[in-house]
Amino acid sequence: MTAPAPLKSAIRPGLAPGVRLSFDKARDCWVVLAPERVLVPDETALEILQRCNGSRPVDEIVDELASVYNADRGEIAQDVEDMVSDLIAKRILVG
Amino acid sequence: MSGAANPTPPLAPPLAALLELTHRCPLQCPYCSNPIELERAKGELSTDEWRRVLDEAAELGVLQVHFSGGEPTVRRDLPELVAHARRIGLYSNLITSGVTLDRARLAVLAQAGLDHAQLSIQDVDHQTAAHIANHPGVQGKKLAFARWVREIGLPLTINAVVNRHNVTRVERMIDLAVELGAVRVEVAHVQYYGWALRNRAALMPTLEQVQEATQRVEAARARLRGQIVIDYVVPDYYARQPKSCMGGWGRQFLNITPSGEVLPCHAAQTIPGLVFDSVRHKPLAEIWTSSAAFEAYRGTDWMPEPCRSCDQREVDWGGCRCQALAITGSAAAADPACALSPAHQEMRSLAEAASAAPAPDFVYRRVTPQEIPAKVAAATR
Repeated sequence: MTAPAPLKSAIRPGLAPGVRLSFDKARDCWVVLAPERVLVPDETALEILQRCNGSRPVDEIVDELASVYNADRGEIAQDVEDMVSDLIAKRILVG
Repeated sequence: MSGAANPTPPLAPPLAALLELTHRCPLQCPYCSNPIELERAKGELSTDEWRRVLDEAAELGVLQVHFSGGEPTVRRDLPELVAHARRIGLYSNLITSGVTLDRARLAVLAQAGLDHAQLSIQDVDHQTAAHIANHPGVQGKKLAFARWVREIGLPLTINAVVNRHNVTRVERMIDLAVELGAVRVEVAHVQYYGWALRNRAALMPTLEQVQEATQRVEAARARLRGQIVIDYVVPDYYARQPKSCMGGWGRQFLNITPSGEVLPCHAAQTIPGLVFDSVRHKPLAEIWTSSAAFEAYRGTDWMPEPCRSCDQREVDWGGCRCQALAITGSAAAADPACALSPAHQEMRSLAEAASAAPAPDFVYRRVTPQEIPAKVAAATR
């Protein structure tokens, strides 16, 4: 497996066409609905996904999460970048 | 939760429902997933009935609905059904042959809230595609349809069905999907139930062809990472481990036929003795939780050895019931795709013998099947 290309912190990730983030009443959780895929994001992933609206750069999302959770910016940046680049490769997000 | 009577966890709701709106279709592919006994138009559920089924599905916890067929777009009320699905929060996918809609009618579906379109292709080669679908000019129509999907802004999946006539061109089919702007391509070897079982000898590739195709798909995956999602369905006849068919019988998925019968999988009607409930007579939630057909092979209680004591029993759920039936004559046997099944070698030999012989003519999918050669009829039991 080749590692994904490093993510540019200026990209503005958003849900790819055909992908919806919605609340599932029957299971009482958030789900990502995509072609032939249903993903159940964990708490961290959900916090990130809810901020991926296509207009906010990755940098800004990292800043906000670091401040909301009073956490180390470097660690948050790693989490966000890993997840965003993985979901871009899976066509769940576009950047 | 305690007590020996009910050791299994509570039943989760289904994730997805495949809605066969009709069995009518202009194509006659010899591997069609519809049953041999096709349902007639006059028995189809009405618009109101389908709307009620959508409501019941959403209420039950279904997240995604696949409008399928036959060819679902021959139903004139499809835009109404798509709009209704959208209104109640269901994710909707159109599974289509792409030969019946014009651009304007596709735009109406997108406007109604369709989330995604899935277009099947028979090949990249126009002549073979026309031969497989028994429909002259089929490829040109499909290419035009794919362009409209992209122009209108809908995400597109290409579904390429692999068999001995096109197996050498899997890579070109993937490249075509990229060219058409698809977000996803499903490269699926034929699964041998129903029509495909009847046409097994006409469709089965050799082991070498399958291995070559698998390598090419892997190479394409590495080459196209981030550009397109490639899902690959391997052929059971050459497998060593069974697939987790439908994610387990009655665990994630249900299928509704044109007249409203609710099935655990689209081929379940091949299993003798199963009784299916209809949405015309019972609420969908009740069918999901307690219909005899869903209960028959749900969980692990029904399993014989070698499944019963296997550490994979809750991974593959015993594989595919319809395949067990087709090969061993018993739907409750272990899936012969598993190397631990006593019928594993028999299945492999069937594939090797079929693929080594010259391909017979197709028995095309039609409402009134042509006479079937006696030898094939025997092979399909």
